[in-house]
Amino acid sequence: MIPDIFNWLFFNQSSQIIPLGDWISAAVAWVVVNFRWVFQLIRIPISHTLNAIEAFLQWLPPILFIAVVVLFAWQFATRKIAILSLFAMVAIGMIGAWTETMTTLSLVIVAVLLCIVVGLPLGIASARNNRAEAIIRPMLDAMQTLPAFVYLVPVVMLFGTGKVPGVIVTFIFAVPPLIRLTNIGIRQVSEETVEAALAFGSTPKQMLWEVQLPLAMPTILAGVNQAIMLALSMVVIASLIAVEGLGQMVNRGIGRLDVGLAAVGGLGIVLMAIVLDRITQNVGKSSQNSLNWRDRGPWGALRKLTSQRRPSVSTP
Amino acid sequence: MPSSQPKIKLENLIKIYGQNPQRALKLFQEGGNRDNILEATGNVLGVANVSLSIEEGELFVVMGLSGSGKSTLVRCINRLIEPTSGQILIDGEDVTRVDQERLREIRRTKVSMVFQRFGLLPHKTVLENVEYGLKMCGLPLAERHEKAQHMLDVVGLHQWANYAPSSLSGGMQQRVGLARALATEAPILLMDEAFSALDPLIRREMQDELMRLQSELKRTIVFISHDIQEALRIGDRVAIMKDGHLVQVGTPEEIVTNPVDGYIAAFTQDVNRAQVLKTGSIVRQTVPFILGKGSARAALDQMQGNALTRMHVVDRHGKPIGILNQAELQNAVTSNVQDVESVMSTDFPVVKASTSLEEIFHLARFGVPMAVINRSGKFKGVVEQSDILASIGRLSNDKADVPQALSTAV
Repeated sequence: MIPDIFNWLFFNQSSQIIPLGDWISAAVAWVVVNFRWVFQLIRIPISHTLNAIEAFLQWLPPILFIAVVVLFAWQFATRKIAILSLFAMVAIGMIGAWTETMTTLSLVIVAVLLCIVVGLPLGIASARNNRAEAIIRPMLDAMQTLPAFVYLVPVVMLFGTGKVPGVIVTFIFAVPPLIRLTNIGIRQVSEETVEAALAFGSTPKQMLWEVQLPLAMPTILAGVNQAIMLALSMVVIASLIAVEGLGQMVNRGIGRLDVGLAAVGGLGIVLMAIVLDRITQNVGKSSQNSLNWRDRGPWGALRKLTSQRRPSVSTP
Repeated sequence: MPSSQPKIKLENLIKIYGQNPQRALKLFQEGGNRDNILEATGNVLGVANVSLSIEEGELFVVMGLSGSGKSTLVRCINRLIEPTSGQILIDGEDVTRVDQERLREIRRTKVSMVFQRFGLLPHKTVLENVEYGLKMCGLPLAERHEKAQHMLDVVGLHQWANYAPSSLSGGMQQRVGLARALATEAPILLMDEAFSALDPLIRREMQDELMRLQSELKRTIVFISHDIQEALRIGDRVAIMKDGHLVQVGTPEEIVTNPVDGYIAAFTQDVNRAQVLKTGSIVRQTVPFILGKGSARAALDQMQGNALTRMHVVDRHGKPIGILNQAELQNAVTSNVQDVESVMSTDFPVVKASTSLEEIFHLARFGVPMAVINRSGKFKGVVEQSDILASIGRLSNDKADVPQALSTAV
């Protein structure tokens, strides 16, 4: 070993002094042999949720889906975004990517739900504890910079191929910004507000729910928005491990040198990204709007309509 | 015995900020000061060995410039800042030793706080802010709504209950902060530079409001301020801090008339003494004539015996009811009028001993001596125009600039 180091330092004769690659291969193989059942267990709830959501979205008539999304966008974002969403979704249907879009959407939904379930507590933990932050932070750096292909293989070895490992790799890539922004959001709550809450005898739990989370919410929602965007950008890579959907369209198009097919899949991803981004971004903003949500959008229009009619009814 | 113990008692309170407070503490106990502790250990001495007693129902002001440790001191009382050493006794209980559970209990029921930048929760309505402390106590919704609404009435903001704090002006926001602190009915109220962020006019209004509330609610208030005018105006007693040390503790009058060192004298130099000094401190004690204890003849004798030209008349309860003029009394006696009541004039000013000199200036121009009464309405003595001028002159005669300022004003 010593001569190896000497040769490398003085003569640039490279050799693997620490056989890290071998170790990792051995470790993964060992985990696969001994703990595959754990990963197969994790698979079950994710798989069930994913299948249920996908079945529902595929069963839903597109007109109904479009109506719900447009009304939601109008209510919680703006009318402009509602119109944009309408056009984007009609375009997706027209270019024949609707089924694939629903499949991809269900994967994104499950991956982002997993991000929230895991990421929010981790973000809270790193905001409240500097040591936790010191441990979590380099892991997030690794998750964001490590090329996805590197962990694609071990994930397949542990989970097999299909949708669930697709969710897992998407989760690994999409969760860091949510954790980071939750952490920042909570740490940014003004010191005097925290002090005031403490001075009135708040317990740590009360502090979290009454003060920190509500005040960090816009930042946390920005984190969710980021997670959605990153999840969408992973669908093509996920298609390499046999995940169906828009990513698979792109992948197949590339494989057959079918530029048109790849472009259709790609456009589908872009249109979906625009819709999801605009809606989630504005949901966060409109919560700070002074106007009550009941007085805005279609609900507000409905209320205005009924309240205008009421006087004419009451007067004989 | 418990009635005589102070509400809050600080004993040898020390707070040192930094990495190694124990080493700095040792250095301090060996006689180190702020500068050489900072140099040797990199730690900052926040509060240096402060001992204080604050009585129940007192409005106690801690005054000092920024960095004097006053905010640290007040935060040690409810342990928002952990003291390095020393004791803090609230009703005899050492707060520095209680566990987290008991500490929360104390913060909920015994000590509430008002903050400089209000510390309101921006995502809650005004009403929800006021009821925050009650919510922490676990009070049911209806009950805390009612209490919070009542508290908003007290500070005059009931119609703003469902607005966001950000839609209110600074002064109104601080009223919300005050209402929130009062709502828990905690007997101790800590106010950290509560009015410093407000405009001068609003600040004065809030000071009046606080004094009005205090006269009704009788809480024990520890008020932090960097404004000597404010401190002397509202404080029953004032403590002045410098570099973490307590320099002087006393009533506003003691601070103005008897500063312990040049630092405090410099502070109080620009203070309007007429505002700080109370009539009671310059009252001239005279013997009044008690109505019914003798005739006009006896009154004249008493007046001449005391070499007075005018003398007040009191009733049997000691309440001033009239004033006698020597010339008129002389006439009455020569024309054989016996009844003192028919001779005396009832047109004379009466002032309370607690009134500031500034407020009695306008009465002095009548030329009639004022009758000074104590809290229960009993005659205490007289104050004349010359007394007021003399007292202010005496206090400032060592400063050459004051007469100059006066002459330019005239």
